[in-house]
Amino acid sequence: MHRQKYRLIIPFLAPALILYGTFVLYPYIQAMYIAFTSWKGLRKAPRFVGLDNFQKLLSDDHFWNALYHNAIYVITLPILTLGLALFLAFMITQKVRFSSFYRVTFFFPQVMSVVAIGILWSFVYHPSIGILNSFLKLIGIGNPPVWLGDPHTALGAIAAVTVWQAAGFYMVIFMAGMQSIPSSYYEAAALDGAKRGDIFFKITLPLLWETTRSALVFIVINAMNMFGITFTMTIGEAGPDLSTDVLSTLLYREAFTHSRFGYSTAIAMAYFIIVMFLSFVLMRLTRRQTIEF
Amino acid sequence: MVNQESRLNSLITQLILGIWAIAVIFPMLWMIFSSFKTDQELFFSPWAAPKELQWDNFARAWTNAHVGDFFFNTLLVVIPALLLTLIISAMAAYVLARFEFLGNRAVFYLFLAGMLFPVFLALVPLFSLVNNLGLLNTFVGLILVYVAYSLPFTIFFLTGFFKTLPSELEEAAIIDGANEYQVFFRVMLPLAAPGLISMGIFNFLGMWNQYILPLVLVTKEEKYVLSQGLYFMLAKQFYQNDWSALFAALTIIMVPTLIVYIIFQKQIQSGLTTGALKG
Repeated sequence: MHRQKYRLIIPFLAPALILYGTFVLYPYIQAMYIAFTSWKGLRKAPRFVGLDNFQKLLSDDHFWNALYHNAIYVITLPILTLGLALFLAFMITQKVRFSSFYRVTFFFPQVMSVVAIGILWSFVYHPSIGILNSFLKLIGIGNPPVWLGDPHTALGAIAAVTVWQAAGFYMVIFMAGMQSIPSSYYEAAALDGAKRGDIFFKITLPLLWETTRSALVFIVINAMNMFGITFTMTIGEAGPDLSTDVLSTLLYREAFTHSRFGYSTAIAMAYFIIVMFLSFVLMRLTRRQTIEF
Repeated sequence: MVNQESRLNSLITQLILGIWAIAVIFPMLWMIFSSFKTDQELFFSPWAAPKELQWDNFARAWTNAHVGDFFFNTLLVVIPALLLTLIISAMAAYVLARFEFLGNRAVFYLFLAGMLFPVFLALVPLFSLVNNLGLLNTFVGLILVYVAYSLPFTIFFLTGFFKTLPSELEEAAIIDGANEYQVFFRVMLPLAAPGLISMGIFNFLGMWNQYILPLVLVTKEEKYVLSQGLYFMLAKQFYQNDWSALFAALTIIMVPTLIVYIIFQKQIQSGLTTGALKG
């Protein structure tokens, strides 16, 4: 039937392969070399320096500072976001009124551009026009923090926005998982007089394990990124005293503000290795027998 | 007793869900209200409704702050990029899903590999490559890069989709004398419409909100797309102090997104969530 199939296969694959090879694969392969060079600006040529960039990295305070902030996000964001998302999903699937209004509303921040969200929230946090502090003053807190302007609160303020944005998204993912749990399980539990908390921890959560695993890996990858929201909410300055700097904003600055192309790519390489390592470890740690139903 | 308890339960549920709904909606409502206020009102009466609707804020945002230009630039990039992504991916996915040939698996995994790497690793070489091709600060450059980075996931998704389609129609068309190209464009592509729509929505939102790529590849203000244009507006506010226009700009960006979302919310939710978890 497909005697002359190569006359179709080649022209059908060629555009995808050419574009992908040129703009995706080729840069990634080049990056593996650039990370080992000193390259300062487009007009100069990269010079091979071996492991120098990585040695510099290990003694660079800015690198450790950024990585520390990523680590805080990696630990806090999954707990807060997935915890809230699971809770909301469980609530909303209890045959409540207005459930589709809630679902549509909670998901909306995920659709908005991260820049729009970043700007909106930097207004909310703004010390003089912001709605948050005028609310805090209204309820009697005379001296509210300046949030994004204070190194002690800036990182938390950004984390809160991320939770606000992503909770509804993960809620919808969990809801899809919950709907595939047979209702006979719940009916049997209800007959036995189980409480809502018991039903959640003994039926819903174990049967949602596969969904939770994927969500966990996905959110950890995002916690390692955080570029858009950080860059927008701190106007590219990475917060007061670099208090919100993360690896992605650091490597962007190194490349496009300071023209340290080689060093920036070395940071990106470290970033890539850390993400791969974390995903691998998470998948391993959370592996358990899946329950068939 | 049981009835009372369940009523209390549902009251608590509504309370919790209601609080989160307010937390999501309130900042956006406040933004829309603020976009109709004067700067004076913004600073001194944050909770009051605007005394008069300041439509002029929107005019300033659209023309003086170039939100209108950024808007059209974004359309000029996203529409061609989206169409190209869908057609190129569909062709590749069709071949990978339904033809056996030497290297089929290898090509499929080659595309898959692209999903493994973070875009940050490619930024410097990509910037230098696009510069060498003379495509820095051009829409063509941005379109080609958007398409290239959308291919891996779109091909992965559509390959799965094409595999599920029945082969009877394909065979019937060949018996009727259709050639391979006609089979694809007249039979298989229409059958793949639901998959193409999912990927269309997924990629549209990704491209419309794309941030890091234009930030690196477009440095001239007249070529800015919306996301980076908004960001530079914000950065400029620190010395220009036209806050009300910035609120208006945000509203201009957000309200169309909101309307499109409310109309297509089912498709958008399923498109984005399958996108995330299979990716």
